[in-house]
Parts: sequence; structure tokens; C-alpha cells
Amino acid sequence: MTQLKPLINSNDHLFGNPAASLELVEYGDYECPHCRRAYPIVKAIKEILGPELKFVFRNFPLSNIHPHAFMAAVATEAAGLQGRFWEMHDIVFENQKNLEVDNLLLLASNIGLDIDRFESDLRSKALHEKVEKDFESGMRSGVNGTPTFFINGRKFEGDWSRGALLEELRAVLA
Amino acid sequence: MLPIGTIAPNFTLHSTPDQRLTLEELRNKKVILAFYPADWSPVCGNQMALYNEMLKYFSRHNAQLIGISVDSKWSHLAFSDQNKFGFPLLSDFEPKGEVARLYEAYDDHTGECRRALYVIDEKGIVRWSYLSPVGINPGADGILDALEELDTVKSTNQ
Repeated sequence: MTQLKPLINSNDHLFGNPAASLELVEYGDYECPHCRRAYPIVKAIKEILGPELKFVFRNFPLSNIHPHAFMAAVATEAAGLQGRFWEMHDIVFENQKNLEVDNLLLLASNIGLDIDRFESDLRSKALHEKVEKDFESGMRSGVNGTPTFFINGRKFEGDWSRGALLEELRAVLA
Repeated sequence: MLPIGTIAPNFTLHSTPDQRLTLEELRNKKVILAFYPADWSPVCGNQMALYNEMLKYFSRHNAQLIGISVDSKWSHLAFSDQNKFGFPLLSDFEPKGEVARLYEAYDDHTGECRRALYVIDEKGIVRWSYLSPVGINPGADGILDALEELDTVKSTNQ
């Protein structure tokens, strides 16, 4: 059935314990209100499971309905080049309603990024391609909306909003 | 669902209030027919919005996406405008569901299309199909796999 393609690899941003056997992958869109709702839920899961969990976020921007989602994704990748992917990931979700490029620059400076470098990286073809590659991998993995979660490579079909995601992760761990 | 290898039944339906689209006009292209229950489902990235993001990937395979539901052409116009769709939505409105019935994609109980997908090749032959449970958006992986396989078969035969 719907299987993650490709599996977690060196192109991914990894949070948590790289050696953990439990893997959670989220395909998300920074301008999607459902992803915004999932953000604190995932954050809590990361805290609860601690070193037992490896978490990866892949970009799945729905650019026609969310005109700022693609550049917001590029911005997190640009922050990643300065070793600050997850800080940018968080602050972008927390400021979801203000994701115009000017605001992305503001957020980047709030977390202390080198702004000249950040600004030039926002135009980097390689970063734009990386976001597209994430999107393509989501397409091929059967992502049918955002957020979509995969646990150890298998699509999670339950309702992530009601505690079922943590339950399922615990069940896989047990 | 129609069996693989069937000649895709021809039809003409409204694509906008003043334009119609005939399937046969799309010979020499692959066609993805996506029957779906209704415009205006209340989620981000509903099936049609999702596919709308993937048009460039479909066109790499010389494939045209077409959405079909029993909604009126006016509903389609508004739905399409709001979501900035770059592909036609056809209105299977009068006689209601006639084309969906031809493709065995009509649900008599709900009076809506089922969530049925077909890939039709350049010669108008059904080459792939999938019927999804109505509440489940089937994503696009199956369509892309099917398009890729058709292109692979073609290049090995040439």
C-alpha cells in the first residue's frame, strides 16, 4: 500500500535521535491551517518520545491555494544551510498568517540568521529544487493532503488530531 | 468500472458555461478522468486541488487531467475560480450522471459520482482505473505510476 518513497535519507532534516528505530515523517505545508494545528501536537510527541523518535519534515506546498507556502519552505531550507532549520520551521508555523518574503526576512533575523546570506539563499536554484523534490516524493508516496504522516515508512491513515498519532507510535514501539 | 482495454466511451460535456469539451478531441493525448462526488469539500488539498498542483507532472507524460462531477457548470465555475484550477471540470448535470454511468462511476444512492479514476491512452483505450472508497482521497501515486508505465511500454516497443 502507500509506502514512503524514498525512505529517510541524508537529504532530510532530522530531529531527535538519528539511531532511533521509530521514524515519523510529516509532509506539510507552512501555510496550511491543518498543518498549523498539527504543529504543537507533533512538538508534544517529540518531547514525549524523546530519544525513542526520529522525526523528519518534508515539504508539500500547495502553491495554488497557499501562495506563500513554497517560499516559506525555501526559507526553512535556507535556514537549514545555516544550521537552523528547526528554529525556522517553528517560527514560520507560529507566524503562518504573515509569510510574505519581507516577513520571512524578519523571522530569519529574529532567530539570528546571517540575513545577507539568507536573502541570497532564498533565490538559490538548488533550494527551490529541493522543495520540489520533496513535493514529488510526496506525490509518489500517495500524499493526498496536508499534513500526511508516515510511521516507519507506512502511511498513517488515522486522525492525527485526536491523540491517535501518539498512540500508534507507541504501539509500533511496543 | 470499465475493464482495461475497453474503448473509452465518447462524451461531450460543458467545461465552462459557454464551452463544451468532447473526449475525442483529446486523441493523441493521454487523458486522466477523475470522477469525484462534489465540489466544495471542506478540506485543504481536496482531491482536485491536490491534482491541480501536479499538472506539470501530468503534462510531462502528455496527459490531460479532467475532473467530472454532477455539479452544475456554475458551481464548477466558482469552485474552479476559487481554487485557481488549471484544468477543466466537466459538468455531468443533464441528464444527470449520464457520463458517470457510462464509466460505471455513478452512485445511485447518493446521486453523485463515485471517486473513480481512469487513465486513457492516446488512442482512446482505457489503460488503468481505480475506484477509491468515497471518503478517501486516493492521491496521485497510482495515476503517476500508470502514466510512467505507459511511457515505458511505448519506448520499449519503439
